[in-house]
Amino acid sequence: MNYSFSFAFLANRWPALVEGVWLTIQLTVVSITLGFLVGTLCAVLRVYGNGFVRRVVGSYVEIIRNTPLLVQMFIVYFGIASMGVKLSAEVSAIIALVINAGAYTTEIMRAGIESISKTQLEAAECLGLSRVNTIIHVVLLPAMERVYPALSSQFVLLMLASSVTSQISAEELTAVANVMQSDTYRSFEVYLIVAAIYISLSFLYRFAFALVGAVLFTRRRKLGTAL
Amino acid sequence: MIQFGSAHVIYIFEAARWTIVLSLIAFFGGAVLGLLLALARVSRLLILRALSAAYIQTIQGTPLLILLFLSYFGLSLLGYRLAPIVAAGLSLTLYVGAFLGEIWRGCIQAVPRTQWEASDCIGLNRFQQYAYVILPQAVRIATPPTVGFMVQVVKNTSLASVIGFVELTRAGQIVNNSTFQPLVVFLLVAAIYFAICYPLSVASRVLERKFNVAR
Repeated sequence: MNYSFSFAFLANRWPALVEGVWLTIQLTVVSITLGFLVGTLCAVLRVYGNGFVRRVVGSYVEIIRNTPLLVQMFIVYFGIASMGVKLSAEVSAIIALVINAGAYTTEIMRAGIESISKTQLEAAECLGLSRVNTIIHVVLLPAMERVYPALSSQFVLLMLASSVTSQISAEELTAVANVMQSDTYRSFEVYLIVAAIYISLSFLYRFAFALVGAVLFTRRRKLGTAL
Repeated sequence: MIQFGSAHVIYIFEAARWTIVLSLIAFFGGAVLGLLLALARVSRLLILRALSAAYIQTIQGTPLLILLFLSYFGLSLLGYRLAPIVAAGLSLTLYVGAFLGEIWRGCIQAVPRTQWEASDCIGLNRFQQYAYVILPQAVRIATPPTVGFMVQVVKNTSLASVIGFVELTRAGQIVNNSTFQPLVVFLLVAAIYFAICYPLSVASRVLERKFNVAR
């Protein structure tokens, strides 16, 4: 093995990497936010909906969780285009990521909602809260608090999985890396750098989620005490 | 344009075998690595704990796609020209090992501490403790999440398509390139993945319920 590493190409190519990182952040923040909203709505429907709605949401979750994101992305990008609606790669990527994140969020939030004790609901009813108000104020926030660690690590995984969107030519970090390595023939160095960037991003996201959690869940409770 | 026909369907189904082969390679390779990592994570030696934790953090913070590119394009630059299935098997093994290592660490630690103390008292050495007392109980706890994780393994093999390994997803792309019927092709591909993964998901849930009752 006589290969000498060289990172010299970075000197004039780093702006492309910054742009790629920025698009990755934009893609994932939008998909995480929308995916969380879709998933939370679906989780409420899954728990409180009638039999038919429950079954529909259940099928959605099972179908998405048992098929690869890459294939889902091809169906959205190529499939929708073949029906005559032309979407840009970025929009298709966001749609696929939202559908994917929504299914995982549904399952996680469902666990949270089901963990809320029945007495809480009874108390809310005694206070005369309407059903919608009960769900919003009594159920959702404590439910989210309980499953927050699972949610945030799922969203970090989604950020990493967003690298797959390079395959439908969304110009995010991995796609930038692919272009750069074919220009410079420095694939090992390029992918090492990009791996390091993704690791930093995953730490950044974890930190951001911890901050959001600290703001959202102000009632600091010792672990294991009753909710 | 070629019509999408039975020959294409057969081609896709034949490629599904490679998805299963790759999944098995990744799972068993990852299981060996994962067991070593899990044991290192609960080791008495600080250096082993630190190294295994660093490995797991690194792999879990890197997209599998980048690992694939590193082992396929990167290693060939260094002079190791790997066949796509070897590169895919290698990077999936490294990836699956990190996740299984972390899952199994939790399962080993979930065995009550009294079991360690009791086996200490009857004079078992460290190896005997693991072999006869701790691991048999940990395996029971670990089975449902491990079966559940196999779903992730099967789905992640779809990424091997990007380095040109003809498994299910790549076969779908090839067929789509000649028939231009992406919706039909990729829905079929998705349906085959579903047929492989859904039984595993159900098995994981059933096992979890069963083992919970027994405890």
